[in-house]
Amino acid sequence: MINLNAAIIVALLLFGIGTLGFLIRRNAIVVFMSVELMLNAVNLLLVTFSRIRVDLDGQVMAFFVMAVAAAEAAVGLAIIIAVFRKMRNIDLDKASLLRS
Amino acid sequence: MISFLFYVFSALALASAVMVVTRKNPVSSALFLVLTFFSLAGIYVLMDAFFLAVVQVAVYAGAIMVLFLFVIMMLNLSPDELPPFMNRKIKWAASALAIVLTGSLLFLDLSRRLPASPGGELKGEVGAIGDLIFGKFLLPFELTAVLLLMAIVAAVIMARREIQ
Repeated sequence: MINLNAAIIVALLLFGIGTLGFLIRRNAIVVFMSVELMLNAVNLLLVTFSRIRVDLDGQVMAFFVMAVAAAEAAVGLAIIIAVFRKMRNIDLDKASLLRS
Repeated sequence: MISFLFYVFSALALASAVMVVTRKNPVSSALFLVLTFFSLAGIYVLMDAFFLAVVQVAVYAGAIMVLFLFVIMMLNLSPDELPPFMNRKIKWAASALAIVLTGSLLFLDLSRRLPASPGGELKGEVGAIGDLIFGKFLLPFELTAVLLLMAIVAAVIMARREIQ
């Protein structure tokens, strides 16, 4: 039997690591990976709570999160490619074209 | 045994997540991210969420990570073109922020007891999940289809070459 409290703590730590990566990296692709980590942490939490409540709704919700994550990754990577064409790098600190 | 495997997969997921955010080379970050996704799929299997475990491997470790690796290899940055980390000051501030956030969430979690489980078996098998998706959650499911179509069109428009 799995200790569900431990699963919640793992999910929280995973979310914290994702937040840290999002804040300290300047490589746009790795920042996207950190967002994926955070989404996965939330999925783990949804599955854990679905298990606690003995209700499958949480797992269906996690399935929808995965679909949205796939859409987000496709659009985000396309934006990174467009930025790279324009600026020749993927450094987030240098992507300040909108600041006039 | 299940409990032991759960701790192994959790440790693997957390360790490889740390590696994802600390490796300088994005290819190693991506491969460690695949390891994280596989360990999470293992945890889902241990929690009897079989359908989600399969989708996790197929969609996350398969489709999304291939997309990431494809973009990394297409941009083909040399090691000295890779953007550095944030400077030391921002790193400290970000670490403090992340620790405070995680710490307060952990405090909230540990300071209250989980609601008592109603008990009983829960198997996240394809049939049970499918009944919910095509019944109770039919509208969100159809909206997901529209969302994915929008994402495809947006990705093609964003990534196409400028026409001179």
